[in-house]
Amino acid sequence: MLTEVLERSRGLVEDTTYRRALDWKKAGGKVVGCFPVYTPVELIHAGGMLPLGVVGGGTSVELAHADSRFQSFVCSIAKSTLELGFQGRLGLLDAILFSSICDVARNLSSVFKRNFPGVHVDYLHYPQNMSSAGVIDYMESELRRVRDNLQRVCGVEISDDRLSASILVWNRWRALIADLYALRRDEPQKISTVELYLLFRAGTLMPVEEHIPLLEASLAEFRSRTAKPRDCIRVVVEAAFCEQPPIGLIEVLEEAGCYIVDDDLLRGWRFFDTPVGEEGPPLRSLAAAYVDGSTYSSVRHDWRKKRWEGLIDRVRLSRADAVIFMPAKFCEPALFDYVLYREALEKASIPHLMVEFEEKMWTFERTRNEVETFVESMLFD
Amino acid sequence: MAAERQYQGVVHERSREIMSAWYDDLARAAKTGEPSACLMISGNCVEILRAFDIHPIFPEVNALQMAIRKQALPMILKAEQMGYSGDNCAYVKADVGFLMSGGVGPTGTIPSPSIVVCNYVGCNVYVKWFEHIAHFCKAPLFMLDIPFLREKAPSKDDITYVMKQLQELIALCEQVTGKKFDIDKLREICRYAARAEDGWARAKDLCKAKPAPFDAYFDSINMMGPINVLRGTKAAADFFDAAVAEYEEQVALGAGPLPEERFRIITEGPPPYPYYRNFRNLFAKWGAVSVASTYSTVGGLWEYGFRHDPERPLESIAEQMIVHNLTNRSILDRYQQIKDYVERWEADALVIHSIKSCRLFSAGQGDMREYFTKELGVPTLLVESDLEDPRYYSEAQMKNRIDAFFEALEHRKLVNA
Ligand code: SF4
Ligand code: SF4
Repeated sequence: MLTEVLERSRGLVEDTTYRRALDWKKAGGKVVGCFPVYTPVELIHAGGMLPLGVVGGGTSVELAHADSRFQSFVCSIAKSTLELGFQGRLGLLDAILFSSICDVARNLSSVFKRNFPGVHVDYLHYPQNMSSAGVIDYMESELRRVRDNLQRVCGVEISDDRLSASILVWNRWRALIADLYALRRDEPQKISTVELYLLFRAGTLMPVEEHIPLLEASLAEFRSRTAKPRDCIRVVVEAAFCEQPPIGLIEVLEEAGCYIVDDDLLRGWRFFDTPVGEEGPPLRSLAAAYVDGSTYSSVRHDWRKKRWEGLIDRVRLSRADAVIFMPAKFCEPALFDYVLYREALEKASIPHLMVEFEEKMWTFERTRNEVETFVESMLFD
Repeated sequence: MAAERQYQGVVHERSREIMSAWYDDLARAAKTGEPSACLMISGNCVEILRAFDIHPIFPEVNALQMAIRKQALPMILKAEQMGYSGDNCAYVKADVGFLMSGGVGPTGTIPSPSIVVCNYVGCNVYVKWFEHIAHFCKAPLFMLDIPFLREKAPSKDDITYVMKQLQELIALCEQVTGKKFDIDKLREICRYAARAEDGWARAKDLCKAKPAPFDAYFDSINMMGPINVLRGTKAAADFFDAAVAEYEEQVALGAGPLPEERFRIITEGPPPYPYYRNFRNLFAKWGAVSVASTYSTVGGLWEYGFRHDPERPLESIAEQMIVHNLTNRSILDRYQQIKDYVERWEADALVIHSIKSCRLFSAGQGDMREYFTKELGVPTLLVESDLEDPRYYSEAQMKNRIDAFFEALEHRKLVNA
């Protein structure tokens, strides 16, 4: 069964026609695109709509139009997402949500709106002042605004009851993803990162109710696998939270001798350290989860606990030996953070390696050499 | 070769005087340790700091000064050695390089800030920049989070959130200075601010004259310091009275910044500070004058009527930060602003200077060009370089593009005539 699930997952992940979502659409459902990083998927789900991860074009999209709209020094995901639009592949979207992660994503949301007037485009301003006494109120009001707009898209009242029910579903889903991550951390020989990633990412491309049983069944199979640990170093991958690296690059890291024991791939889909509150007014719970329950992130300012302290904690908790810093080319939030991450890692004597990528890269030989050298230097130290 | 063109007038001189006085204050505060705070230019709340006599430090002005004086590159390289990427905003790199070279604190000309106040007004790089300054200077960071203008108007909750934070900022200023907040002092400051804003708006409006009395891109820099840095002081208000008088006189005389105004253009995007004069000359040569520019409105859109209000000082500060500045508005709002400039300031063309460092401005400018050429039929030129990093400016390429554009524009004028 596992092989089949993984194959199907790979099919979904590599398919930029979004075929499962198209079926949903054909059956009369509505689809809401979620541009990285974090999206309050519960709001979409509670409106009976399908939240769909729209995360660029991967390796498969040739830029024909979008590179005349965004300059060469802009990250690939912005251009390839726009290109998907120009090529009609996002024609299935009834709405798409962007948020205040960076200047590029913000401008992209505007350009998207102008070029595709039939799609409801919303731009969420997530709070950055986590210390203000007004911050949860603000976040709640922002979620309410988005909910009201989405209500107009789906034509259904997104009531508190529906929302509370959706919170339960997504908490369950995130708990299963967390279980996969815990398994990989504790017994990395049983589940590779490519496997985990494909399975996880497939969940952003299909209805959550369909994905949960797949996760449950796969988890059981992964657990019962027997495999001997390899001679690998344990690494945390940081900075790939928005544009996604090609699967081939993840494979290269694993082949070169890394057990990836934690990462921030698609981080927004598992943004919370603790489950969203299941009691009380649901918008408030979601707001509180964002402000007080979410992970450190390059796209969220929180001076109460510094981001680099979060990274060091992550390294310790996952018993990692090193950090592979893997930003997308031109990704400013990630590239800025590198400076302070690096300083903190060096202070803590944690080795690190920088591996910059682009979603559409297809040769990895140089990277392979660098990673192998890095791994060797650590294994034989 | 023709003699270097001189652009300096009275306004330039006066601006220099009052800005120098501010630098002198800063240099003194660096030695004495008087309270100071870092602040960003865009949609700022300098009035509040002023109400506590806290010296405002503007790292952006620091960065642009280095660029103009051609001192930026070594600072940028220093930052890159620390791990900053070639693709990070070079304003930040130059500023951090300067900090690391002893420019900040008792050894330098800029005080080590007592607080770092990040007015997060649109630009996400601001957040990173000020996190880094706060970290390196070991200063408390206040993140003043301004909700982006993402609907036609801000919601009541957006305003409540900002007001709450302004109160919290005031409490922090009280703590840092040991002074009690004096609302009457703030009213007085807002009165001066409004007077300067009146002058700003009037000056910008005068550029509707043919010829325009000054270049609203290149010469606006003389007004941007006083309006964004010194706003709320008597010196700035007086400066604008004098500037308006000078420009009105120019209009009456039918004089402009160039011997002849042959093309009226709108300029979008920040200038290449390391090659400011070279760049300017490439346009001057064609008799091209900017009659309006978007860059000059990063701090505020006073030409559209907003004023700080002494009767409602804090509310008006909040409104300015959320609504009435360029950076907290979408790029589509910017299209509309430019369209309005083209129509009401009667421009012949749009020039987009696309800045590698600044994705706030530049990401999507290709779409902007598409909109203006295809949908509105406005001739549009897009050129690329940087506002801080001299390595991205290629004079020859720049000249070719600009010459070709104006040749075509001239041809078009002849045909239409
Ligand atoms: S990859 Fe980085 S720069 Fe590009 S949209 Fe995502 S967060 Fe922004
Ligand atoms: S990105 Fe642009 S607005 Fe932001 S700090 Fe850099 S130059 Fe300024």
